[in-house]
Amino acid sequence: MHLDHTHGGPGAVSADARRADGSRRALRIGLGGPVGSGKTATVAALCRALRDERSLAVVTNDIYTREDAEFLLKEAVLPPERISAVETGACPHTAIRDDISANLEAVEDLEDEVGPLDLVLVESGGDNLTATFSKGLVDAQIFVIDVAGGDDIPRKGGPGVTTADLLVVNKTDLAPHVGSDLGRMAADAAAQRGALPVVLQSLRSERGVADVADWVRAQLAAWTA
Amino acid sequence: MSRAALLVLADGRFPAGGHAHSGGAEEAVKAGRITGAASLEDFCRGRLHTTGLVAASLAAAAAVGVPAVELDAAADARTPSPTLRLAARRLGRQLMRAARATWPSDELDALAGEFPKGAHQPVVLGVAARSAGLGGDDAAHCAAYESVSGAATATVRLLSLDPFEATAVLARLAPEVDHVADLAVEAAAGALEQGAGALPAASAPLLEIGAEAHAGWAVRLFAS
Repeated sequence: MHLDHTHGGPGAVSADARRADGSRRALRIGLGGPVGSGKTATVAALCRALRDERSLAVVTNDIYTREDAEFLLKEAVLPPERISAVETGACPHTAIRDDISANLEAVEDLEDEVGPLDLVLVESGGDNLTATFSKGLVDAQIFVIDVAGGDDIPRKGGPGVTTADLLVVNKTDLAPHVGSDLGRMAADAAAQRGALPVVLQSLRSERGVADVADWVRAQLAAWTA
Repeated sequence: MSRAALLVLADGRFPAGGHAHSGGAEEAVKAGRITGAASLEDFCRGRLHTTGLVAASLAAAAAVGVPAVELDAAADARTPSPTLRLAARRLGRQLMRAARATWPSDELDALAGEFPKGAHQPVVLGVAARSAGLGGDDAAHCAAYESVSGAATATVRLLSLDPFEATAVLARLAPEVDHVADLAVEAAAGALEQGAGALPAASAPLLEIGAEAHAGWAVRLFAS
């Protein structure tokens, strides 16, 4: 797929940068990572940080319930029509990597129904360390791990940790309680990722999601440039 | 026809959304109607000779040039459950995306324009087969095989069934899949003469009822 290549007729194909009517589509950012690392909480915080600046929507990929979508609805981070849940058939990584059709459909429906949108956040269901998003589905991806999942995860690497456009090490406030060495995690991540950025974050701190939100703003600026 | 193109279209990894659907197997597992390889085989056989035959006939008819709009209405009339009609259109839309990327054609573009939210999956399958240079027999085999393969792989995940046993079930059903495809090809030839109303209308009421029950579950692994 080539950016800016468009197909005739309705319904653009995956990575096309323009919608069928010729307008530029929303930037799509994927958030993946293991179960319980704080993906949904990060999505909620990003929505609160960005919703007054930009037109946003969220696609969730719950594994067997609508709980992530319902959490976002309950927290009222966005109006309900801007949140869409995709069912993944017991294989969350398939829906974001190998067969992205249901997610693309959800993104397109959101753009049709509540657009124009600037940004669509696509949240993966909690999965393993090898789960990454297809380039046909997202333009950039964030991989969220947390300090309580073990401070050896950055050293172990894997496609999510190594190749994601942004690595977030979440729940840094828990580090003293679970015996995780933040310095070691940061050093291991830097060694695995070269020049790719890493953010250490605690959503309970005053700074909250600010660093990740700034990174998203930079992606948006580059997309619309 | 290209046999290799048929393999591409029939591949379970063809990215057209099928992996998120169980073909009614999730509901049947919970209801205790599928408990292992033997009952999976019974379930698949029932599916093959009812919805499988209908899907294969629709696909074959679309592949040989029966108008897709007429076939889509025929598919609606043969699918009492609103949940299954919605699932069939979703899967049709997803298959449409994959088919337009793999075998672009004016016919696919026209069908996508006619049904922006999706035509019934077997109808799209038939037009996709046509665009790939395949015939009615190929489309019928794809649809008939899909009618059992999706349920079998879903059951591997749902019951942790031995994957070799599930695949052996599919192999044992292969002669019947061929037979259903043959019937579908005959039916498609009839529909070319007499219209889509001549296509088979076999139904499996328990699949329709089960799909409605499944749609109401709060916790489930598969979309249908």
